[in-house]
Amino acid sequence: MAEQQSYYVPPSSIWPIVGALGLGLIAWGAAHTVIESTSDTQGWGSHVLFAGIGVIVVMLFGWFRDQINETMNGLHSDQLETSYKQGMSWFIFSEVMFFAAFFGALFYARMIAVPWLDGASNNVMTGEVLWPEFVAQWPLVETPGGTTTQAMGWYGLPLINTAILIVSSVTCHFAHVGLEKNKRGQLTGMLSLTIILGLIFLYLQGAEYVHAYEELGLTLQSGVYGNTFYLLTGFHGMHVTLGTLMLIIMLLRVLKGHFTPEKHFAFQATSWYWHFVDVVWICLFVIVYVL
Amino acid sequence: MSTVVDDHNHEAHHDHKPSGITRWLFTTNHKDIGSMYLWFSLIMFFVGGAMAMVIRAELFQPGLQLVEPQFFNQMTTVHGLVMIFGAVMPAFTGLANWMVPMMIGAPDMALPRMNNWSFWILPFAFVILLSSLFMEGGGPDFGWTFYAPLSTTYSNDSTALFVFAVHIMGISSIMGAINVIVTIINMRAPGMTYMKMPLFVWTWLITAFLLIAVMPVLAGAVTMVLTDKYFGTSFFDAAGGGDPVMFQHIFWFFGHPEVYIMILPSFGIISAIIPTFSRKKLFGYSSMVYATGSIAILSFLVWAHHMFTTGMPVFAELFFMYFTMLIAVPTGVKVFNWVATMWRGAITFEVPMLFALAFVILFTIGGFSGVMLAMTPVDFQYHDTYFVVAHFHYVLVTGAIFSIMAASYYWLPKWTGHMYDTTLARLHFWTSLISVNLLFFPMHFAGLAGMPRRIPDYAVQFADINQITSIGGFAFGLSQLLFLWVVIKCARGGEKAAAKPWEGAEGLEWTVPSPAPYHTFETPPKVE
Repeated sequence: MAEQQSYYVPPSSIWPIVGALGLGLIAWGAAHTVIESTSDTQGWGSHVLFAGIGVIVVMLFGWFRDQINETMNGLHSDQLETSYKQGMSWFIFSEVMFFAAFFGALFYARMIAVPWLDGASNNVMTGEVLWPEFVAQWPLVETPGGTTTQAMGWYGLPLINTAILIVSSVTCHFAHVGLEKNKRGQLTGMLSLTIILGLIFLYLQGAEYVHAYEELGLTLQSGVYGNTFYLLTGFHGMHVTLGTLMLIIMLLRVLKGHFTPEKHFAFQATSWYWHFVDVVWICLFVIVYVL
Repeated sequence: MSTVVDDHNHEAHHDHKPSGITRWLFTTNHKDIGSMYLWFSLIMFFVGGAMAMVIRAELFQPGLQLVEPQFFNQMTTVHGLVMIFGAVMPAFTGLANWMVPMMIGAPDMALPRMNNWSFWILPFAFVILLSSLFMEGGGPDFGWTFYAPLSTTYSNDSTALFVFAVHIMGISSIMGAINVIVTIINMRAPGMTYMKMPLFVWTWLITAFLLIAVMPVLAGAVTMVLTDKYFGTSFFDAAGGGDPVMFQHIFWFFGHPEVYIMILPSFGIISAIIPTFSRKKLFGYSSMVYATGSIAILSFLVWAHHMFTTGMPVFAELFFMYFTMLIAVPTGVKVFNWVATMWRGAITFEVPMLFALAFVILFTIGGFSGVMLAMTPVDFQYHDTYFVVAHFHYVLVTGAIFSIMAASYYWLPKWTGHMYDTTLARLHFWTSLISVNLLFFPMHFAGLAGMPRRIPDYAVQFADINQITSIGGFAFGLSQLLFLWVVIKCARGGEKAAAKPWEGAEGLEWTVPSPAPYHTFETPPKVE
């Protein structure tokens, strides 16, 4: 098969096992940090956690350096690029399923658990016996146990944030178009704009949490409404943070001239990721805030 | 069409060839990584097995004699976790690593470095999980299903270790699955169309999809357990508007496809072995593919059959009952096809075939007890009894584990280049077959008579049955040492194996020499 470019199988590499070590340290450290912080004991948890994060950063730096060198040396065939694209797509699919778990919890709590506690379906006695005073409502501003809170509205910050993320998805797309048409100005301009919008989003999200905690009394302990709100928006925020970091790295690589109009898998993957984060937000905005 | 290559690294710009320990630590080779997965899985099999021995020793007589009840609960919990996430799943990933590239004519897995990453996470994950057993208050004791509130309100301080260990196991599984799925979709040799792929490849393609779809849901479930236990959320606490039953829904949405993750690759293995030793083509290849796909789709629609007694609306009970029973149809297609493959075949009974035949019969017993459990009204009687334990050990031990044994005996000559000691291997088969039935068959009766699972003590009328079960358990445990002996002996030497040691075998893996060279199919073969 002389006409076929051979598939590049990388030589042995130190980075995978460094990555495994990093994840192991993070898992051990995070677990012990949690245990220590909730049981008032002293230990090595947070030190190990930060060591693990450090190891992961070193690993990412080394692994991507190797990867970038290989790409720049033309070792990547089209078939390998297809592997990367498919791998990234499946990774994003796994992320979708991760969010699905929390959206599922929200659906179940709102449509089933809360109404049942008030006696819906065949649960009349549950309602009568457990918490006779409890009235089902969503947002659940008063839990059966009696914790009260205020609901987060959709108007204001969340709406602005929605607009920001949608615009950032558009600018990200035009940055990609600029790359494909080899318009460097459009590329760097639009990409920088995307990053700025991402940072503004994160800032406003932080401000919203402060508002929720200090003015609305909506905390992580406010019952299942606060739980689903914080875990969904919190994990989304972590994904925006990661996406913004990826975009910043892409900008640095663009400035270094790493990408060509034909070959720019890393940029494309980052762009997919950004669009994915945007879609998750739209679902979040509609389901968590508006409905 | 195979290219025989020595095990030198062919990348000219790289200066060293892996040797010594760094070969294993830094490898990107699918065969090395496959071997590491398989050895890891075997070690975990003995670790989990040792815990099973503790359980059976305690249950040898009624009353409490050897261990504290809480330690007993830790043993049942960690036995389950270790066997599922440490033994069965890594064994299948190891087999996929070894065989999928060779079966489809690919030079390696699609993403070789990530491949090594996903393996090496596992030892760290299990060290963390097992270390929790030695913490003050002990390790996880809430059952491998970690139902809330057992895992939240009433669990040990060490629960966070369990949570994060499961998190990184999940990362490992997802990366492993992405690698397999991309390899199969993107790396097939020219001419290797989807409907020409060996069934092991097909079943793994679908398994990988299931893994990517449900492992993140498990991650979500353990995350909610973490926040409920440590950060005051109330996902699974009715006082905060949550529901413990919601945990079961989320968990089993992962858990039921997980069951098929642990059996679909077995179907692929059995579909390779039975035709070989029947010297016939597999009967109904395409129906096997469609049956596998149907099982995968149905696996997302049946999760609540684990929860019939938790109090669901009647409509939900009926829905999940009917869809569960529907799974018997594609599974029946498979069993029918295996039997039809053997029909009028020129059958010989080499060791892999013995395990495959035992699989067909004993897995089917597990399938039948599954149909019994699927029926909502009778499940109220069987739920959480030893009948359930008997059921899932028939499908997991005589199903999944037996198929892994069969695969090992089938491909060991290809991996090591040596034929194993068939006398010892036959002894391993017969002792395993007899002891495993002694172990698990009486459990059906104990369960039907009402003996609950996960309890260290029992009423005296169950004493005889438990004694038989424990004797079977010890015998089965000891028999597995024979397997270890056979494998080590075969790895160290023995009669040279031919490229195709089995007369009736088909497939690309038999076109390369035994042992398979370090790099195979660097130039893709052409498939007619």
